Amino acid sequence: MEWMAWTLPTALFFVAVGCLLLGMTVLQLVWPTVERKGFLPMKTTRGDRLFIGLLASAYLHLAWLAFTDLSLWWALGLSVLLLAVVLRWG
Amino acid sequence: MDDKPINQKAWFLVLPVVVTVAFSAVVPLMTVVNYSVQDIFDPHTRYFVGTEWFEQILHDSRLHGALVRQFVFSLSVLLIEIPLGIGIALTMPRRGRWVSVCLVLLALPLLVPWNVVGTIWQIFARPDIGLLGRAVNALGIPYNYTGDPTDAWVTVLVMDVWHWTSLVVLLCYAGLQAIPDAFYQAARIDGASRWAVFRYIELPKLRGVLMIAILLRFMDSFMIYAEPFVLTGGGPGSATTFLSQLLTTMAVGQFDLGPAAAFSLIYFLIILLFSYVFYTALTHLGRGANR
Repeated sequence: MEWMAWTLPTALFFVAVGCLLLGMTVLQLVWPTVERKGFLPMKTTRGDRLFIGLLASAYLHLAWLAFTDLSLWWALGLSVLLLAVVLRWG
Repeated sequence: MDDKPINQKAWFLVLPVVVTVAFSAVVPLMTVVNYSVQDIFDPHTRYFVGTEWFEQILHDSRLHGALVRQFVFSLSVLLIEIPLGIGIALTMPRRGRWVSVCLVLLALPLLVPWNVVGTIWQIFARPDIGLLGRAVNALGIPYNYTGDPTDAWVTVLVMDVWHWTSLVVLLCYAGLQAIPDAFYQAARIDGASRWAVFRYIELPKLRGVLMIAILLRFMDSFMIYAEPFVLTGGGPGSATTFLSQLLTTMAVGQFDLGPAAAFSLIYFLIILLFSYVFYTALTHLGRGANR
């Protein structure tokens, strides 16, 4: 695994992504998703909303790096909030 | 129906694909993420730099220029190739011996490797010995793709249209062939015009293949590398330097693996976003049309 040049932060990031996917799978088995319409312009499943939320979070982080000098922890906090909002009301 | 046994063995059939994708896509992607936060000197000497490369890349004017050029190029490709592909597919014969002739002729450009396409057009468009270059100049239109940015752009676009419109044609032709005759008969009984037949029968029925065509052409044109690299080398100046060429220069030419990895991730996110938007828009458009 040395060739993959692992670092602790990136390992934690992928562990979090893995946990998220595992959690969604378990949730799907226990409580299957139903397509519904929220504030997003189309009907979405839980997986769709997670994908949209994660993609939006990635772009939020990039915009944060491009336009501000503030700490990236703020962007992370906002992303968690954004993800929660999209998952609940999206 | 409810007592039908649930068999999860089908997951084993998906397993080879999962393993293949894991090794061909997920593991390399993870490695790129790891590289993007480190300064790599050699396989054993590397330092964690956090988001420094992302900040550097996001403020790089070369990336901004290449990104704008890439969007203009991909948009132009879609605006030309999709209507042209539909138009050619509509004029092709539906049955008879000419069908095979047309299909073979259309498939030919698709069989030519990318770098060979670049070489063909590099010679074909040369103003001194190329047939196209000499002909255009003989008509009194000054044309030199090696010196003029507009000429270079036009040549790259025409080359891409020559190479890839066939794909759109073949997809649309397959979609048109799949429309049952009953739809056309009903349209004839109703006295529908040719435009009405296209607008209300053919175009909705082509939605699926058009979605594939748009996605394929967008992703492919957004990742274009070999053809413009061979044809213009990204020039004149940086007029035809697109994202992948800039990325390759950074990763292979300058061996800046960290910045190149950060660049790759931003590039990946852009393609992911646009592909998702196209896919979602076209899928939901179709649902609306089928209602």
